[in-house]
Amino acid sequence: MWITNLPPFIPFFIGAILLPLLPNKARYFALLLPIWGGLNLFFAATPGDWVSMPMLEFELQLMHVDKLSLMFGYLFHIAALIAITYSLHVKDKLQQTAGLLYAGSALGAVFCGDLLGLFIFWELLALTSVWLIWARRTEKANAAGIRYLIFQVLSGVLLLAGTLLHYHQTGSFEFTYIGLGSMASWLIFFALGIKCAFPFLHTWLTDGYPEATPTGAVFLSAFTTKVAIFALAKTFPGESLLVYIGAAMTCFPIFYAVIENDLRKVLAYSLINQLGFMVCGIGIGTELALNGAVAHAFNDVIFKGLLFMTMGAVLYRVGHVMGSDLGGLHKTMPKTTIFCIVGAASISAFPLFSGFVSKSMVMAAMIEAGHEYLWLMLLFASAGVFHHAGIKIPFFAFFAHDSGLRPKEAPNNMLAAMFIASVLCIVIGSYPDVMYALLPWENEYVPYDITHTLTQLQLLFFSALAFVWLNKKGLYPPELRSVNIDMEWLYRRMMPAIGSRIAMRLGQLRDDSNAYVGQLIAGLPKVSESSAYSTAQLTRRMAAILAIMLLLGYISRNL
Amino acid sequence: MSDPKQQHDTSNEAPGFFDKERNVTIILRVFYALCALLVILDFVVHRHIYTDFEKIPAFYAIYGFVACVVLVVIAKEMRKFLMRDEDYYEPTEAEVPEAKEGDN
Repeated sequence: MWITNLPPFIPFFIGAILLPLLPNKARYFALLLPIWGGLNLFFAATPGDWVSMPMLEFELQLMHVDKLSLMFGYLFHIAALIAITYSLHVKDKLQQTAGLLYAGSALGAVFCGDLLGLFIFWELLALTSVWLIWARRTEKANAAGIRYLIFQVLSGVLLLAGTLLHYHQTGSFEFTYIGLGSMASWLIFFALGIKCAFPFLHTWLTDGYPEATPTGAVFLSAFTTKVAIFALAKTFPGESLLVYIGAAMTCFPIFYAVIENDLRKVLAYSLINQLGFMVCGIGIGTELALNGAVAHAFNDVIFKGLLFMTMGAVLYRVGHVMGSDLGGLHKTMPKTTIFCIVGAASISAFPLFSGFVSKSMVMAAMIEAGHEYLWLMLLFASAGVFHHAGIKIPFFAFFAHDSGLRPKEAPNNMLAAMFIASVLCIVIGSYPDVMYALLPWENEYVPYDITHTLTQLQLLFFSALAFVWLNKKGLYPPELRSVNIDMEWLYRRMMPAIGSRIAMRLGQLRDDSNAYVGQLIAGLPKVSESSAYSTAQLTRRMAAILAIMLLLGYISRNL
Repeated sequence: MSDPKQQHDTSNEAPGFFDKERNVTIILRVFYALCALLVILDFVVHRHIYTDFEKIPAFYAIYGFVACVVLVVIAKEMRKFLMRDEDYYEPTEAEVPEAKEGDN
């Protein structure tokens, strides 16, 4: 029944190879993969197990189990189960195949024992996930997919360069603490930073995810960024630079999220904001902070997946997720509405919902580490999350003004997936010990005490009060059909504009020089009319040239 | 963009729970009462204080409210220089040939 020492990505890859060959109905069997794989991991894997395979002159560690990788291993099996359930109605097997390969690559990355293996799965993550964007089969999605792929591959190239340089310097491929310092470590740091969506490197996420298919976005939100968080926690824990990067990541996206119209793009920005909390936790590097970071990653996969699922259901039924044209959907999609509210409460860290028990760990660690002002930034971001993800998403989609849209309720498989995620959000939030038991470091944190619950409720209720007040005063920015320019403007507008201007100038230069040369040629005396040249003139010129050459010869000999 | 088939004639529908002005007012009143209760609790319950900021009475309530107002006000200002047309990056098909002519 159980197979020990089976690298967890193998069942997923085998499933992905078989799926396109089998009849359409076989996609239901894909559900068994994450269930069996997760149970196998639970019963057969213990920290310390390892499997290796010779590759060229190296030993490639395909599986290296420790408590951290086990936690992410369970998480990715849960995420895969939810996402596959959510995609069962899709008859396009491209998506399910890509989803299985993608989930498998993520599992490969968290269980591999060396940096070479990490690189291989890192690139596989990019190559398999882009199909979930392309599967939308629109021109916009095609272009967004290519931009997404360029960023992902760039990250892979940096990782490979860093890894090889690291090997050159230390003689080791071991996937363990690196720490900033050498050139190699900076290369690896930036490679992870791209996939972690560090500020200025984040646009692949906000550009790509909203263009993915409804089911694709659910897969995408779970894996890539969390693998990056895992790798960051393993290689750069306690790197103080990360605290500042993380704090910036929590704050800047919420401004964009407030004015963004595409609700899945709002979720993409809010994903960066949540990653910011995890990056902060890794940067602080204490046991509490690291536990908080990975616990928050665990919860984020589930509640962010849930929110992407509810918006995916709206996209599937209505055809778009533009806040300006939605509203009143609770009348015909009541179940989706409730699931969305559960997701919103979880991401906003309401007591009894999952976000509360993990985000508070990072906040507490921040105070312990003495970063009071950064803590204020995180508190600002916490209020902001509630504002844009907690209120805005459910309010503009399901309530607000009645748009007159009366779409059908989401398909049953989608509802089932959202139900599983909602139950997990509430169970983890109410009985946090279920998840705390998986934490890799020593943990004594108690989330529920009076201070904590009261202050969090105050923060959230008064954020909501601000929303009500701003709305009543008419100060709240209306949802408008628009795009907001972000860093991607650099490569989508500025660089092409500069490029085409340079091309235009070069073209002009070519035309001008052609004309000029033409003029010159026209101006030259024609040989056939050489009667103008007299012999005397020629002799005089020859003599002058000879004199100059003599002079030059004299100078060069005497130097 | 929305499918016209889904645009139902909603004039014959019975108004839903949230369509009635009264229900919304009741919900909001309960909400205001809860907000007030949370502030009162702040003075009754002894909460642990870790940072200097937290010594301010009802610090979290004030901070939450102010943070959200500041957030929205700044975001609204950002719209002035960040907001573009929906098809800013992908000009509609009618404009594409024109742009190409310009490039030559």
